[in-house]
Amino acid sequence: MAKTIMIDGLSIPFEEGQTIMQAATDAGVYIPHLCHHPEFSPHGSCKLCTVKVNGRNCSACTFPAMEGQEVINNAKDLNADRQKITQMLFVEGNHFCPSCEKTGNCQLQAVAYHLNMLDDHFPLFYQHREVDASHADLLIDHNRCIFCTLCVRASHEHDGKEVFAISGRGINKHLIVNSESGLLKDTDVSAKDKAAHICPTGAILIKHTAYQVPIGERIYDHQQIDQVSLNSEQVDHDK
Amino acid sequence: MTNKIRVATTSLAGCFGCHMSFLDIDERILELAEVVVFDRSPITDIEHCSTDCDIGLIEGGVCNSENVHTLREFRKSCKILVAVGACAINGGLPAMRNFIPLEECLNEAYINGIGVENAQIPNDPELPLLLDKVRPIHEVVKVDYFLPGCPPSADVFWKFLTDLIAGREPSLPYELVHYD
Repeated sequence: MAKTIMIDGLSIPFEEGQTIMQAATDAGVYIPHLCHHPEFSPHGSCKLCTVKVNGRNCSACTFPAMEGQEVINNAKDLNADRQKITQMLFVEGNHFCPSCEKTGNCQLQAVAYHLNMLDDHFPLFYQHREVDASHADLLIDHNRCIFCTLCVRASHEHDGKEVFAISGRGINKHLIVNSESGLLKDTDVSAKDKAAHICPTGAILIKHTAYQVPIGERIYDHQQIDQVSLNSEQVDHDK
Repeated sequence: MTNKIRVATTSLAGCFGCHMSFLDIDERILELAEVVVFDRSPITDIEHCSTDCDIGLIEGGVCNSENVHTLREFRKSCKILVAVGACAINGGLPAMRNFIPLEECLNEAYINGIGVENAQIPNDPELPLLLDKVRPIHEVVKVDYFLPGCPPSADVFWKFLTDLIAGREPSLPYELVHYD
């Protein structure tokens, strides 16, 4: 008989070695997340996927599924915490959606929509951050980086390069690129790299592609991220 | 007088786009006018809030001393204060000057800018002083509700006001929540 965990009262089968996130995704249960991507090793940093496992808070993307676990996912208090976490991400960076070309296709925004986040709650930091537009085909807007490390992992694990890394700690944490000048143009990154397309926000953008789809007709303008995420990530598992 | 619901509106560091979007409720404004009377607002040109306003709609963030006074007057006069649009909620486009020192902004606009004649930074005592940074309104006063969007659509205004007027807790369904 297949091993199972309970998520919000539903019996969910899992295979040995799967995380709670993987088991949930396979079973069509959405757990909000930003730093998790099924193709890359889990990072467990954004904490949006925090669920209660047998009464204790755990990151679903890193926590192994084990027989008989009682998991609470879609609960009022957890979603309230997730909303606060999302608000903290918004106030720490500079997320001006109306002037961002990623708007409507942005996972940070989509998670916020999903959680019915209507305000930022906290005082805004307005930290000064740079834009690196030195590369011919792509750019980094550090204002929008949420340090999910998906570009770091994609470059390392998929592209076989080491273009990106996170440097510094706490509030001084920032994304760096692998070149002596510190500029993107002097790295071996290419617009064909997975790392160039993996950013959940508008921090890494491919040049010359903005506004090909008008605002109002973009992914999350009409679909919620729970459905979009399950559709794409269940397919990924089958590969 | 009437027992109509008293609504005041203003634009601080905004572009009046939210007010324009509000007017996009079109003929529904007649239905609204049956239960609502406008107090201080660009629509009425009334200069100060009555002391007994029910709902205050604030567009725009806080960029100068006058904005602070206006916002405090609204908070004092309105039972329910609402942040309307991206700028009121996070400073929006005007807050993009927050990354440039104020003196540099003024020099660029009034001293070194292309085509500037009689270069001088405006200093008439009637002009409100600029704040060092543009701030969202929730950092200055308590805000009761937030209507995101740039601008929030007419349907957002309609849904919010009709909920409130009917005595329901206002809520915005997924399709009405946009930050752009």
